Amino acid sequence: MIVKQLSVFLENKSGRLARVTEILGENNINIRALSIADTTDFGILRLIVNKPNEAYKLLKEEQFMVSLTDVIAVEVPDRPGGLAGVLKILEPYNINIEYLYAFMEKSSNNALVVFRVEDLEKAIKILTDNGVKVLTGNEVYSL
Amino acid sequence: MFRNREEIKEIQLHRLKELVKRVYERVPFYRQKLDAIGFTPDKLKSLEDLRHLPFTTKQDLRDNYPFGLFAVSLEEIIRIHASSGTTGKPTVVGYTKNDIDLWSELMARSMRNAGVTSRDIIHNAYGYGLFTGGLGFHYGAEKLGATVVPVSGGNSKRQLMLMEDFGATVLTCTPSYALHLAEEMEEQGISRDRLKLRLGIFGAEPWSEELRAKIEEKLKIKAIDVYGLSEILGPGVAMECQEQKGLHINEDHFLPEIIDPDTGEVLPYGEKGELVITTLTKEGIPLLRYRTRDITALYPEPCACGNVLIRMDRVTGRSDDMLIIRGVNVFPSQIETVLLSLGYTEPHYMIVVDKKGALDQLEVWVELSEQFFSDEVKKLEQWEKKVEGELFTVLGINAKVRLVEPRSIPRSEGKAKRIWDRRELK
Repeated sequence: MIVKQLSVFLENKSGRLARVTEILGENNINIRALSIADTTDFGILRLIVNKPNEAYKLLKEEQFMVSLTDVIAVEVPDRPGGLAGVLKILEPYNINIEYLYAFMEKSSNNALVVFRVEDLEKAIKILTDNGVKVLTGNEVYSL
Repeated sequence: MFRNREEIKEIQLHRLKELVKRVYERVPFYRQKLDAIGFTPDKLKSLEDLRHLPFTTKQDLRDNYPFGLFAVSLEEIIRIHASSGTTGKPTVVGYTKNDIDLWSELMARSMRNAGVTSRDIIHNAYGYGLFTGGLGFHYGAEKLGATVVPVSGGNSKRQLMLMEDFGATVLTCTPSYALHLAEEMEEQGISRDRLKLRLGIFGAEPWSEELRAKIEEKLKIKAIDVYGLSEILGPGVAMECQEQKGLHINEDHFLPEIIDPDTGEVLPYGEKGELVITTLTKEGIPLLRYRTRDITALYPEPCACGNVLIRMDRVTGRSDDMLIIRGVNVFPSQIETVLLSLGYTEPHYMIVVDKKGALDQLEVWVELSEQFFSDEVKKLEQWEKKVEGELFTVLGINAKVRLVEPRSIPRSEGKAKRIWDRRELK
């Protein structure tokens, strides 16, 4: 149930983000979700794509600083309080969330939230035990 | 003062003979060097014989860190100063009581020659500490009998207040700080009439005639250039007179030569090359033919001020890759050492120097390497802070670290271009 996320280091200068998306597009790689965390000097682009290993290789060849990061994708009811409900489940277990970002599932009424946590296995167990759906890698890549 | 150059040469020769004898007897480093070329002190007959003697370099000082080149025991040393070396360790110099007296005397002599009198109030904004600037001017000003305000660097608002309240007539600091103060004045709407300043003595970093004109216009003072380096003395090796046409070297104590930095050959007067200095009278750490790496030329012709001491040009550059940032010496190799110590196996970096207002700004661009990459901003920022902390420890000044993408710093054939100096220096 672990999803591979691409993390790409980008300097804050024009054309870098465009270049990443261009490389992916040229190689027929589809972006499922993305988020950017930025500072004044640099940003980290986080991407969920349909072919993470291939994308990793391509970006590496183009000299990008890129890594594959393990994350989980959690289904969250698309209604007020949906995310709060999921976070409330994790709260008592001291699961440290490094970051999260959301994207919409085309086929259903649910939102998907990507979580980056320290102890992935523990988080997966707690969530599934509590009836929250955690998607598998293939489910996410083929969305 | 001296009446003519012959008189100076006579003293120089006498002192040079004494010096060579002294270092040969007291400093094992020099004995070995002289023995290696079969030179004994009695072979020195004329000033021209100096060119047969070996050079001393900053590397020699580093190899003998900290006190290996001292010619006296530590008991006789009453003061230590230091400047940054090419790697982590600083270059250390020691002064005996006589050295400190001589330094004060020469500073007083040069300042008097530049127009400072015992009635002046000297606002000394050079840094006090291991750096020689602050204390060098301080002792010189006291020796001259002027009133010295040992304000040291920083806090420009307070500096302006004190200059006004104490009625400072002479300002001593780096030229960029002088310009910064002038700009601060304009910003705060302080009228120039409120200050009694008439003269400034600026040095410790390269500057240009354009910058001089700017400072003189903004502060309405005469701006005098001063030259020195801690290895030789500190400020007081040379200073301009009121003519502002070259810096008079105190050559009865510091024997200058100009060499071709590549061949080491002595060049004739008037030709540009690297300044080499032999300390004729220093006791603590006397140096033979010290390579300053500063590029200048010498002019023995009489000066309109009447002083016959030889003059040197304003320093126009360096024969090595040393940078002077806010008056502090910075070598690219120091930065490389820090990166290597932090685990970079092949550090790719660029030193970017800029002006923010009048002040120098140092940035170090470092290519992010695989092992330090994280998908978390927090961790990358912590990494930047860590590198900045290490750089501060080694350089003694703040540098901003900016992480850049791999392969984004241009590679060049042979020697990498590590420095991008964007400060204006014409």
